[in-house]
Amino acid sequence: MTAGVSWGRYPQAQQQIVPFHWRDAALPAGTDTLLAYGNGRSYGDVCLNDGGTLLHTAGLDRFIAFDPDSGVLRCEAGVLFSDILAFAVPRGWFLPVTPGTQYITLGGAIANDVHGKNHHGAGTFGEHVHCFELLRSDGSRTLCSRAVNAELFAATVGGLGLTGVITWAEFALKRIAGPWVAAQTVAFAGLSEFFALSAESERSHEYSVAWIDCAGSGPTFGRGLFFRANHATETRRLPRRMRLAVPLTPPFPLINKATLHAFNALYFRTTRRGEAVVPYPPYFYPLDAVADWNRIYGPHGFLQYQCVVPPAAAADAIAELLRTIAASGSGSFLSVLKVFSDRPPAGILSFPRAGTTLALDFPNRGAATFELLERLDDIVVAAGGAVYPAKDARLRAERFRRYFPRWQEMLTHVDPRFSSGFWRRVTG
Amino acid sequence: MKKILIIGATSAIAEATARRYAARGDALFLVARDSGHLRDVAADLAVRGAMRTGTATLDVTDFSAHEAMLDAAERELGGLDVVLIAHGTLSDQAQCQTSVEALRREFDINAVSTLALLTTLANRLEARRSGTLAVISSVAGDRGRQSNYVYGSAKAAVTTFLGGLRQRLAKAGVNVLTVKPGFVDTPMTASIPNKGALWAKPDAIADGIVKAIDGGRNIVYLPWFWRWIMLVIRHIPEPLFKKLKL
Repeated sequence: MTAGVSWGRYPQAQQQIVPFHWRDAALPAGTDTLLAYGNGRSYGDVCLNDGGTLLHTAGLDRFIAFDPDSGVLRCEAGVLFSDILAFAVPRGWFLPVTPGTQYITLGGAIANDVHGKNHHGAGTFGEHVHCFELLRSDGSRTLCSRAVNAELFAATVGGLGLTGVITWAEFALKRIAGPWVAAQTVAFAGLSEFFALSAESERSHEYSVAWIDCAGSGPTFGRGLFFRANHATETRRLPRRMRLAVPLTPPFPLINKATLHAFNALYFRTTRRGEAVVPYPPYFYPLDAVADWNRIYGPHGFLQYQCVVPPAAAADAIAELLRTIAASGSGSFLSVLKVFSDRPPAGILSFPRAGTTLALDFPNRGAATFELLERLDDIVVAAGGAVYPAKDARLRAERFRRYFPRWQEMLTHVDPRFSSGFWRRVTG
Repeated sequence: MKKILIIGATSAIAEATARRYAARGDALFLVARDSGHLRDVAADLAVRGAMRTGTATLDVTDFSAHEAMLDAAERELGGLDVVLIAHGTLSDQAQCQTSVEALRREFDINAVSTLALLTTLANRLEARRSGTLAVISSVAGDRGRQSNYVYGSAKAAVTTFLGGLRQRLAKAGVNVLTVKPGFVDTPMTASIPNKGALWAKPDAIADGIVKAIDGGRNIVYLPWFWRWIMLVIRHIPEPLFKKLKL
């Protein structure tokens, strides 16, 4: 059983796991703190509740209603995006917003107000949610939308599960012609080329994201590959795909200075440039093709770091972050760069905001890793940016409060019995 | 389009199996104790593509209500192609060792109610000379073990009953499938801590059930490796077995 573990496999937490299987179920009696736990794909401790109870929503995975004319889908909060896609894509519909894995729950998507490669046009997932039911520890069930209980709605979207349990939600799917995307890969030699490509693609492409060589230095500094795409008109059914898996956790991380440089150079050199019509899964979910890929970081797990820095400071701050990471010799195979739009946030604690976001992971090497992340925080704080709670396992309270200046607005909405490892750390 | 009756339709294994039939566009009649849960499951199956989703609430130990429920199912579906009997409780072994009342209740739920339903259903399908009766028994019925011999012996009764029924109904062209799941991670087993590598998800069991029904199989262990585990367990000599703590 992996329930009760987060995707980064750090930190470890001891908690009682209680199945939350039916949407009319009552919360368990008692006084211990509660937190909904879906599929454990957030990286750090926003989905953990050390010493408390996790309400495991794996069985809360039923569809409730679907309107084939409007594409409005209502389902229970434990439904996985992969289940929604398996249902929707053959019927000509797609998720309005999706992050880089399809193995997240609907409830988790709302609680972390997730974003994807179409943030510049579609915003976060929360923007597409019409309404949901929130079950709180006083036993109340509240329907929340932008029209009714709007404050609780805004506190729950991006609210990290702290306002109660989302039992079901309703949102709008988007029309697609078929399961294929017309994807284009363009190499860039440095950050200024990245920013130019990004600006140009905002108008021409619905989806865009860049891979950046975080091990690059000197002439290869800031090089990367820009992936942009639109849904294709191709309607053929998809071929069946093989899914690979990492069967075991190796006793040490497979990522080190040598493999990191070699992989990044190889990936940059061998990835095919140009345009191709490809099935949607490898474009949206390249890492989902390898089950349990998080195991490659070994028994101590890894830390993901995702930050956003505002437009004016972006070019300098991203360069400084990359230099700091390259100098440390740490870093990841898959470092991702994307420019967010300046849309207003859907929730009080929503992470996406105007600027450029950088995401990458680091094997957990103890103190050295945590010190590096502190240095990255210094850069992000100075630039006026923020770090993404869904990826975090170590942010200090004082930093969190600067990144999320509206955090105190949350306090009136947080359910007195709900908490998480993350929340105790940043508010304690 | 098949006409499918599921008794114990809100159990995790039954629900996962029903989703596979719903996706095929089959018609389903769902029977369970809790009307609210039944409504949630039926709505889900309708969205997933079920041609029809009828429901009836039933406490399986209310034997006098069986006939009326089966009439309603046949009426609503316009016949019966597949019947899946999936209800059950994981008996509290310790309680059954001190309470004859608890023992009898567990036997009523896990054995007698199933045999009663099968008695009526067998005659109905025998008269139609077609159909499949699929019943969820358990690997626990293969040998009595100190940790759960009440549940195990109830399932043993089901397994043995099905063996005889299969032989009888084969002559009428009715297939009888005995499903023997091993450890499955469901709400029924939520109280068991530290689930290891032998534990399967309901989705995997459901895939196996649909495949076995489609293939006209007689007995399936799910997942497959339980056939070999139980082969070993059944052949441990009694003098040794009684010293073990299984």
